[in-house]
Amino acid sequence: MAFYMIGERINGMFNDIGEAVAKFDPKPIQDWAKKQDEAGAAYLDINVGPTAADRVKSMRWMCEVVTEVSDTPIALDSTDYDAIESGLEVCKPGALINSCPAERPKIERVFPMAKKYDAKIIALTMDKSGIPKSADMRVGFAMELVASADEFGLSPDDLFIDPLILPCNVAQDHGPEVLEALRQIRLLSDPAPHTTLGLSNVSQGTPFRPLINRIYCVMAMTCGLDSAIMDVNDDELVDAIATADMLLNQAIYCDSYAKVFRKS
Amino acid sequence: MPVQILKEKFTGTVQEVVLGATKEEGGTRSNTVKLGGSSTLPFLQYEGDIPNRPVIALEVLDIKPDWGEAFEPYYGDVWSDPAAWAKKTEELGADVIYLKLAGADPELENSKSADECAKIVKAVLENTSKPLMVEGPGHPEKDNDVLQAVGEAAAGENIAIGLAEKDNYRSIAAAAMMGKHCVIGRSPVDINILKQLNIMIADMGVAPNKIINDPMSSGLGYGIEYSYSIMERARWGALIGDKMMAFPVVCLAGPEAWRAKEAYAPLEEAGPGWGEQKPRGIMWEAMTAASLLQAGGDLVLMRHPEAVKLVKKHIDDLMKPNLY
Repeated sequence: MAFYMIGERINGMFNDIGEAVAKFDPKPIQDWAKKQDEAGAAYLDINVGPTAADRVKSMRWMCEVVTEVSDTPIALDSTDYDAIESGLEVCKPGALINSCPAERPKIERVFPMAKKYDAKIIALTMDKSGIPKSADMRVGFAMELVASADEFGLSPDDLFIDPLILPCNVAQDHGPEVLEALRQIRLLSDPAPHTTLGLSNVSQGTPFRPLINRIYCVMAMTCGLDSAIMDVNDDELVDAIATADMLLNQAIYCDSYAKVFRKS
Repeated sequence: MPVQILKEKFTGTVQEVVLGATKEEGGTRSNTVKLGGSSTLPFLQYEGDIPNRPVIALEVLDIKPDWGEAFEPYYGDVWSDPAAWAKKTEELGADVIYLKLAGADPELENSKSADECAKIVKAVLENTSKPLMVEGPGHPEKDNDVLQAVGEAAAGENIAIGLAEKDNYRSIAAAAMMGKHCVIGRSPVDINILKQLNIMIADMGVAPNKIINDPMSSGLGYGIEYSYSIMERARWGALIGDKMMAFPVVCLAGPEAWRAKEAYAPLEEAGPGWGEQKPRGIMWEAMTAASLLQAGGDLVLMRHPEAVKLVKKHIDDLMKPNLY
């Protein structure tokens, strides 16, 4: 089992990308695509950001400019499914739809779209009422999502289930619940669904972001986490993931294991 | 009620490596041999593809070996002539010829020079039509000289040269790259070194379809289980997507099997119940090869023609599709 690092940097929330999207300037976007590729990203997340005037048009354009410089599959990050579909039309098969909650109308929109474009889905363990507090509720949503995958002709491992971590300084009690949910989600089906986290969330608003991110990521990996949306250019974080991957016997040790991890 | 067969789903594939080059490809071989390419564990056709059957190489030395009388009837007349010996191995069923340049060992009296080795390789190529693998004398500096000369002499033939080891791989890998040959990376029954060596060879710029692994086989009764577990682990790594574990594997079954007393001891020196030397030695080699094939060997190096027949038949049986 590999660990899939999803590079979070091409997001309009960041000033340089926001400006690039506004001006349709490909350079900063392509620079970050290359930089994240070099760091070993398995997917490049693309989010047009809050300021884009036309999300459908911007998403498509961002996917096009990234595809020009990178073969890495794209994670199309939007709540606007028309924007995602416009991106999928120009992406290679194997893209990732980010994301779909456990809400029936959204499942009915997103899952057939994934099937049509041979894409995978980041599926969130939440519904309209928001993020559940307990592990059990998260696993319940995960079960619904896995059943929906089957219903729409997808394999369980076409899903990256995200049990949703919240900032530790706001909702500290969620930390262990997410870990427990990760443990159980891995047991829901064979093949097991993938799991992912918006890792940087856990440290939001704290002065110790890299430390908290990497410690929580390693803790989550021992519970079965096999992907994260993250800062792939945080070398210490990637080293920690490579080391955890090796210590969990997922990768065969060799002296260059951390370097090889970034290439695999 | 029909039984549902559980199938493992793998994401990785063993790298396919082609040995030899035909006339159209710039060489003189009658055919090429493909190693690797599997997307499942050995012989489990129902779980994945096994596009290439394991192949058998036969051993040729450039000096008369001390193999004893078990081999005299087969090779006795060609021991002094590697080119004739190589030709003979083709007649005896070799898919690949494996030439060990033992005579270049600098410790020997009249140690062969790199030029002499290159001439032997040329003669072998001229006299045969199967793909060739060449192993140096096993002495770091001499290996570098000899294999460079061999690589030049065999230009265009896409041979495999080795053995590149962790502390001596650069010159050999460079010689392989220069001559567009394959390189055999040897690791001492050590999975971590196996991976590290592959990384180092690949970092030098050797293409993945030019790398072959020799994880160092052990003979039956003499540590074969260690080799088996290393090979099995490597194949598993390959199948779950570790590209640095995914190179085809050669197993030196013949030389290891015949080091065992159980294989070579004559009846008067044999243990209780061992029986006649001839069938015993043949079986010892065949069982060693069969075990290494089960562990994931893509090429087995063999020695005794009767053992070769047994193993060929065994591979035929194992390659019958077992689809469910």
